[in-house]
Amino acid sequence: MKAEENHGNTKKFGMVIDLDVCTGCGSCMVACMAENNVPFRKDESDKLKSITWMRVYKLSNGKPYPETDICYLPRPCQHCEGHDGHSPCVSVCPATATDYDMQTGIVSQIYTRCFGCRYCMAACPYHARYFNWYDPVWPDGMEQYLNPDVSVRMRGVVEKCSFCIQRYQAAKDRAFMEGKTDIEESDYQTACTQACPAGAITFGDLNNPAHAVYKLKKQPNAFRLLERLGTNPKIYYLSSREWVRRAGDNYLKNEGPAKIG
Amino acid sequence: MSNSDDRTQTVSGKAAEASSTNKPDGSSRGIIVLCFCIGLVVSLVFGWVVFPRLLYSRKQQPIDFNHSLHAGLVSNGCESCHFLRDDGTYSGTPKLAQCIDCHQDVQGNSPEEAKFVEQYVKKGIEVPWLVYARQPDCVFFSHAAHVKAAKMDCVTCHGNIGDSEHLKVYEQNRISGYSRDVEGASLIGFKKHTWDRMKMDDCSECHQKQKAVMGSVQTQKEGCFVCHK
Repeated sequence: MKAEENHGNTKKFGMVIDLDVCTGCGSCMVACMAENNVPFRKDESDKLKSITWMRVYKLSNGKPYPETDICYLPRPCQHCEGHDGHSPCVSVCPATATDYDMQTGIVSQIYTRCFGCRYCMAACPYHARYFNWYDPVWPDGMEQYLNPDVSVRMRGVVEKCSFCIQRYQAAKDRAFMEGKTDIEESDYQTACTQACPAGAITFGDLNNPAHAVYKLKKQPNAFRLLERLGTNPKIYYLSSREWVRRAGDNYLKNEGPAKIG
Repeated sequence: MSNSDDRTQTVSGKAAEASSTNKPDGSSRGIIVLCFCIGLVVSLVFGWVVFPRLLYSRKQQPIDFNHSLHAGLVSNGCESCHFLRDDGTYSGTPKLAQCIDCHQDVQGNSPEEAKFVEQYVKKGIEVPWLVYARQPDCVFFSHAAHVKAAKMDCVTCHGNIGDSEHLKVYEQNRISGYSRDVEGASLIGFKKHTWDRMKMDDCSECHQKQKAVMGSVQTQKEGCFVCHK
């Protein structure tokens, strides 16, 4: 628990995703692609080459009918804090292209600084990082639809979910104009959170007791992916089904799901 | 001991002999020195004068706008035309719709204004202004944060452009495509005023002073996403 709280008074943005509510529709993935100018190719079937900052995985309990059960698991960047901000990818980056910000808890990726060694991709246990194997090619006229607040990436650099940092910047700017010093919970919400028709994703400041995520992450059904690795991620998942909670890590038969913290 | 001394003497003696036989006469030495000096001067002139001129293309603004004249006529200083919107975004260079309020027809007797009304207002074409302070695509810059929250003056970054009567030549780096006002006019990186250059180090000059917001684990400075996008 101590590692969780070491941000002090600063913000620590995070997400709680309710897997019992998620229908696997993929709206979050579409919203993310559109918001963040994520490039796509004609043939997206090769998942080693396609880029999806937000990716919905399908889990199955592997049992035959009638016990068969499936669960959809949306996976954005987990924005690991590790210990004192030493998340797996930040620790290995030789170019200082990726960084952990103690003010927001967001793992940043600076595309112009990245030279594409892909150490971070090897280090990331969540496969949340993607490499641009090609320069983006937009269909005719689609340049007009690109989000001007997100820079388009070039071939040879790594990219990943940024928690829609441009929306945080915009929220801060609005607050400055209104003479406020801080932003409200509703001022800054990621594209995937807003796009989810089932309301499975909740986004906010994990350090702020007034935010919904603060209470949700403390629910007994909450778990994080690969808890025992010590990556200290900021994406919490909720599920009432035990096999789903067990799927969050490689547990042995005699082990129960690990406690958060 | 004495042996080794002798040997040294003979060796140096031989060397002196060799050099005297290869020694060029006065005129050829003069030519070598002259060639060297000419080469040096040519390289210096090329490096310091010719290359920078080749590197930057010089473009004239479509209309020679008089900032000083307009500043005297408007009520709210720079923000009369270069204003912040209510949502915190910045309007930047004024659009034709703003100019049209006054410039429906020619007001004064300036040929530049006549040209503006004739070529742009009457035809309804936006003026393709060249923006001196345009930052690269990877940069997130918030005017609201600097002007509203930090109460900074326009002059700090833009200089005294508000008092100018003519727009200066827009110089663009042919390789990077960036404005010379961003990269700095001085070749050796010398900077007299805060507005002489707007590269990353110039931004961080101020940003490093606020110790309270340092959040970066890698650099112990401010987070990268504060200014990058």
